[in-house]
Amino acid sequence: MVDGINIDGAFFLRYLFNPPAILWQGLWLTIWISIVAQIMGMIVGLLIALCMRSRHWWLRAFGRFYVWIWRGTPVLVQLVLIYTGVAAAGFYKYPDITIGFFVLTGPLQAALIALSLNEGAYMAEIFRAALGSIDKGQFDAVKALGMRPVTAMRYIILPQAARIVIPPLGNEFTLLIKGTSLLAVIGIRELFGTIQQLNAATFRTFELFVIAAIWYLVLTSIMGFVQRHIEAYYSRYDPPLSSQTKARVKMRGLISAQR
Amino acid sequence: MSNTTPSPLVSVEAVHKSYGALEILKGISFDVSRGEVVCLIGPSGSGKTTMVRCINHLETIQAGRITVGGEMIGYREHNGHLLELPESRISLQRQKIGMVFQRFNLFPNLTALGNITVGPVRVQRRREAEVRAEALELLRRVRLADKADNFPSQLSGGQQQRVAIARALAMKPEVMLFDEPTSALDPETVGEVLDVIKELAAEGMTMIIVTHELGFARDVADRVIMMDQGEIVEIGAATEMFSAPRSDRTRAFLQSLK
Repeated sequence: MVDGINIDGAFFLRYLFNPPAILWQGLWLTIWISIVAQIMGMIVGLLIALCMRSRHWWLRAFGRFYVWIWRGTPVLVQLVLIYTGVAAAGFYKYPDITIGFFVLTGPLQAALIALSLNEGAYMAEIFRAALGSIDKGQFDAVKALGMRPVTAMRYIILPQAARIVIPPLGNEFTLLIKGTSLLAVIGIRELFGTIQQLNAATFRTFELFVIAAIWYLVLTSIMGFVQRHIEAYYSRYDPPLSSQTKARVKMRGLISAQR
Repeated sequence: MSNTTPSPLVSVEAVHKSYGALEILKGISFDVSRGEVVCLIGPSGSGKTTMVRCINHLETIQAGRITVGGEMIGYREHNGHLLELPESRISLQRQKIGMVFQRFNLFPNLTALGNITVGPVRVQRRREAEVRAEALELLRRVRLADKADNFPSQLSGGQQQRVAIARALAMKPEVMLFDEPTSALDPETVGEVLDVIKELAAEGMTMIIVTHELGFARDVADRVIMMDQGEIVEIGAATEMFSAPRSDRTRAFLQSLK
């Protein structure tokens, strides 16, 4: 052993293969917060994208303003502002909300709000690009059949947008999973917060944060695997996308990945 | 020739349409009786496509009125002004007007059968089993019974266009609009699409067809409308117009196609 190196192999293996219950709880928190925030972010994103495509100028302006604000500021700032800031200013004190047996604590409420609204801005840009890349003739065809906009969206437009949205959506979800590590700053004991807590008790910093990295890697890898299957499912009916659309989607993916 | 009914099924009166300063339609008027087939011909940029797109309000108009079955399409008149109807009202109006596009515009996420049933099921809210049976019958009529489960990307242009015709017919429209239905097709598949349209004509379907196929227009049209630069130049029976055009512009256009 090199002199001065301080690694406890037994500790590492024990925490990796036989993690304490709080680590499982932290991991589970990370997973469900990510999923809920992604789903709510997609709903927000779709609504904002529809605003940006509206024929009313004030809706388009609102959509652009929304994206500008949420993409232009760091998630960390948004998080602290929405939780600590809002509570400190006395707008809202985040009392616990009980749903059945489940208690949604103040920090969790703030976390879900911040992550969803932030994710919504990125998803809005992705949905906007996807809707914009659908052939104009499709919109003529749904109108000519007498379809109302909601019906057309549900059965014709969104299924086509879905296959364009999925690759960048996968990127987004990966970023979101990793982004949940920021929630530790408002006191949420998700994966990162739990690791910090364990670190404070054991001081095995290196071992614990390697374990954290491994868990994040496992989550994002599973995500990548699921994504490939969904992509295959949605491209079952069509020849490959035109190279132009592909390039545009790839560009969007790259742009949205830059945070 | 068509049997003359007292009131026309489709009536276009003094329709004006412009994009900014560019005037596309400069006061177009014509009537189409029930069961009549009218072909719109003319050089590109003459406003034919825009004209048919106004009939189901895919395009707005600035002045004039268009009625189908006596109902004014897309607008109501208020103190001499046109006020656009709400989207829900226009959607209802469009259900009785079938449309076939130059580029087919089939829904790529649905099979041939799905393309045909989605309108009756999701728009008209009819029973799925019943609609499905009708759709299969329509596919048989356009000679694509074996392609029900194929996606549009697996069909040739001519096949896609025939599915598109079946899709429009499934809504049981009172009138069918065709916007250059064979212009995007390979020459060898033009015939199969024209045959289907001819059969519809023989069955008495009211149709307004934008086309460059003069031979087809001669065969199928009760009347031909020659348009140029946003105006109607000449209206008449195909045989007369093609053999003895009254207008110089018609003569020049016919010459250019020879």
